[in-house]
Amino acid sequence: MHLELSGLTKSFGSLVANDHIDLVIEPGEIHCLLGENGAGKSTLMNMLYGLLQPDSGEIVIDGAKVKITSPSDAIKHGIGMVHQHFMLVPVFTVAENIMLGRENTRAGGVLDRKKAHALVTELSDRYGFEVDPEALVEDIPVGVQQRVEIIKALVNDASVLILDEPTAVLTPAEIDELIGVMRQLKENGTSIVFITHKLKEVKAIADKITVIRRGKVVGQAEPSASEEELAELMVGRAVDLVVDKEPAAPKDAVLRVEGLTVIDERGFTAVDDVDLEVRAGEILAVAGVQGNGQTELAEALLGLTPIAAGKISLDGQDLTGRSTRHRLDAGIGYVPEDRWHDGFVDSFSVAENLVLDLFRKPPFGNGLALRTDEIEKNAQARVEEFDIRTQGIDLPVSSLSGGNQQKVVLARELSRPLRLLVASQPTRGVDVGSIEFLHGRIVEERDRGTAVLIVSTELDEIAALADRIAVMYRGKVVGVVPSDTPRDELGLMMAGASKTQAHHEAIEHPTTLGTI
Amino acid sequence: MSTETEVAPAPAPAKEPRGSGLPNWAVQGLVSLSAIVLALLVGAILIIVGDDQVQATVKYFGAAPMDTVSAALSAVGEAYKALAVGAFGSWTAISESLTQATPLICGGLAVSLAFRTGLFNIGAQGQLIMGAILAAYVGFAWHLPPVLHLIVAIVAGLIGGALWGGVVGLLKARTGAHEVIVTIMLNYVAIYLLAWLLTTSTFRRPGRTDPISPIVDANAQYPQIGGTRLHIGFFLALLAAVFVWWLLNRSTIGFELRAVGANADASRTAGMSVGRAYVIAMVVAGALAGLAGTQQVLGTDLPLTDGVAASVGFDAITVALLGRGTPLGTVLAGLLFGALNAGGLQMQLVTQTPLTLTTVLQAVIVLFVAAPALVRSIFRFLPKERGAGAVLAKGWNG
Repeated sequence: MHLELSGLTKSFGSLVANDHIDLVIEPGEIHCLLGENGAGKSTLMNMLYGLLQPDSGEIVIDGAKVKITSPSDAIKHGIGMVHQHFMLVPVFTVAENIMLGRENTRAGGVLDRKKAHALVTELSDRYGFEVDPEALVEDIPVGVQQRVEIIKALVNDASVLILDEPTAVLTPAEIDELIGVMRQLKENGTSIVFITHKLKEVKAIADKITVIRRGKVVGQAEPSASEEELAELMVGRAVDLVVDKEPAAPKDAVLRVEGLTVIDERGFTAVDDVDLEVRAGEILAVAGVQGNGQTELAEALLGLTPIAAGKISLDGQDLTGRSTRHRLDAGIGYVPEDRWHDGFVDSFSVAENLVLDLFRKPPFGNGLALRTDEIEKNAQARVEEFDIRTQGIDLPVSSLSGGNQQKVVLARELSRPLRLLVASQPTRGVDVGSIEFLHGRIVEERDRGTAVLIVSTELDEIAALADRIAVMYRGKVVGVVPSDTPRDELGLMMAGASKTQAHHEAIEHPTTLGTI
Repeated sequence: MSTETEVAPAPAPAKEPRGSGLPNWAVQGLVSLSAIVLALLVGAILIIVGDDQVQATVKYFGAAPMDTVSAALSAVGEAYKALAVGAFGSWTAISESLTQATPLICGGLAVSLAFRTGLFNIGAQGQLIMGAILAAYVGFAWHLPPVLHLIVAIVAGLIGGALWGGVVGLLKARTGAHEVIVTIMLNYVAIYLLAWLLTTSTFRRPGRTDPISPIVDANAQYPQIGGTRLHIGFFLALLAAVFVWWLLNRSTIGFELRAVGANADASRTAGMSVGRAYVIAMVVAGALAGLAGTQQVLGTDLPLTDGVAASVGFDAITVALLGRGTPLGTVLAGLLFGALNAGGLQMQLVTQTPLTLTTVLQAVIVLFVAAPALVRSIFRFLPKERGAGAVLAKGWNG
């Protein structure tokens, strides 16, 4: 199928999210749409998938102009989409999920499960997906769940498949499998639009690369282009992909975690007997695929989630069982993984959010009264220091871009003397330009002698920041390794292999991304 | 990767598509005004349908349609004129409007403050009753010098309300019991406690068999103004609004309350105690409702009866909704509802339009305010506001 978008424009109020975008997708090509968060990739794809209506411009399929007003329209025209967050029913089997919305019935209104089963088996075999139609979706790994989503699209005879940030939830090995799947699909004539902001993946898989910045197509690139060239296109200026940092000069241990165990609300052991030590002036990065206990570990350190066993101490002072406020006062700074959830109060102003955990103490709080002048002064200083782009410190923080919101959170935490900084996903949903800045500030804080614990699911980030890397898998720390450990080894550890296993395995079976 | 949806180019702040440069409060004011206009239109239809003259003329509508039209217009005109005269037509009318508004403002503040902390306080009625009970008891059973007696009686009322509210906050903080359920149940407890107390010899007026207490001492009564029913409790209500504004916007406690109300998870992460905030909010809210109780019993009613609260505690919810949970908005909404109550009485007297029409007006206003999208679909010129209805929705997430 030949798909052509020409002059697509979409604005929200005074903002032009997509400005006359032209894009041609040839049959059987893997077309990467590269751009920072907020560049307008999703808006574009949502228009293609019928979730948004363009203000102007047209979509042409095989020479015929079409109007796509809903996802079912898009599906009719052979366009399929796999969302970043899967649209699957966890307690249903794979086959049942495929049936959903197009239930075939036999005589008497009985669901025709056999047909769905056969359909899944057939597609799975044809593309080498290895999906068991009778497995419950909640029991299968994320990578397989993603393949179920792809099967859902293929069942609808999709000849153009949109994959929205498909690698965000995968281990390196799973990413490798996904790349294999994409190649299979391509051989069968399916075109793929691959949305991402990760440069390594683009180079590994793309036939053609279109870069979008601030709602406009700023250029096409070949996969042979260097990462630096791609980043420059994406950001609009030369970007330093490597964080400048001296080797760490670690001193005494600041944070000591012994035998920490967290049982989550559902009764699963989220953190399983973890021992960790972070020293002053070093960055310990906790790597792992999302959902392997890192979130709970960070929350337990702050006292936000109850612990079942273990001991947490800071500078020798036992913090186990103490309140969050006590821990903050003891000198822990915390950047939570999802800023919208508990990083800031979205309806509060930038100034208010900058003192969210400082407002009680002088100079901001004077007994009962709030010193609004001091809060404003502080906001002005922080906005300048962290280059927070806002049209006013009294505007709600929700009006800022993701990168600037994250700067608000980090600025707040770094604006008091810290002994330990715990930062979960410090650059999630943040544009490349801001990542550079945030990473720089975190390293600066380390050099000031603060112990830093970073939790990240992005190997790029781990590689950029870590002095030591602790890899978590199913609640356990499978190993603590030096920062120069090869990616393939880390990837295998993230899938549960021990240090030594991973080392041998990685040499024998290198992955696509690991070797770039 | 990102958890938010990508709609706007990154470096430019993602401003809400509003389509107008109006600040949020102006938009809200416009929506509220439109809601009032719509409510008056709905009320007009009800007046027309219920009017005898209109019903008589409609029988020969085919022959002389203008008769029906003019009858309808005069019915609506007279009713609304009587309503306006009753509300603003004279110093007495205005004073009556303010008198009616007084407990509504305090009760409304009790609901607003809880709203801002993320709590849906349905219990203003119960808190008001408890405040009235204690204030009345101190008022008629104790005998203290002037000024002091009034102050002590008011404090007793504040304590009564604060206790009744505090229980809710405590239960919510400790056990997670939903405040909506707890407040509704405590309303019943308060209502029946009052009914029972009025059968006891402590509360029942000697020589009476009906549920009525002795009249509170003159020393414990709110001084009246200019020979009307208006009393200085009204100014206390305005002071209370100023206090709530200060508490919410200029105090460390209020910062915490608002933070908890807007995002309890972020507040917890920032080291705040969400439970403590709930308790504080409910204690203060209860005290405010208790103040409304003192205004009823020490200001207008004077003896304690089982009807002391009327429906003030429930009307307070609608006042707070119309006032968008802000102190100023609550005062304005309280004044409007007070005027409607006072004017409604006059309207019933002059045009025989039932008093219940004003209740319908109040209900329709709130209905439209709670559904800004509906109002906007009728009045196309209205710009969009941010976070509409958030105040109402917040209280329900427990």
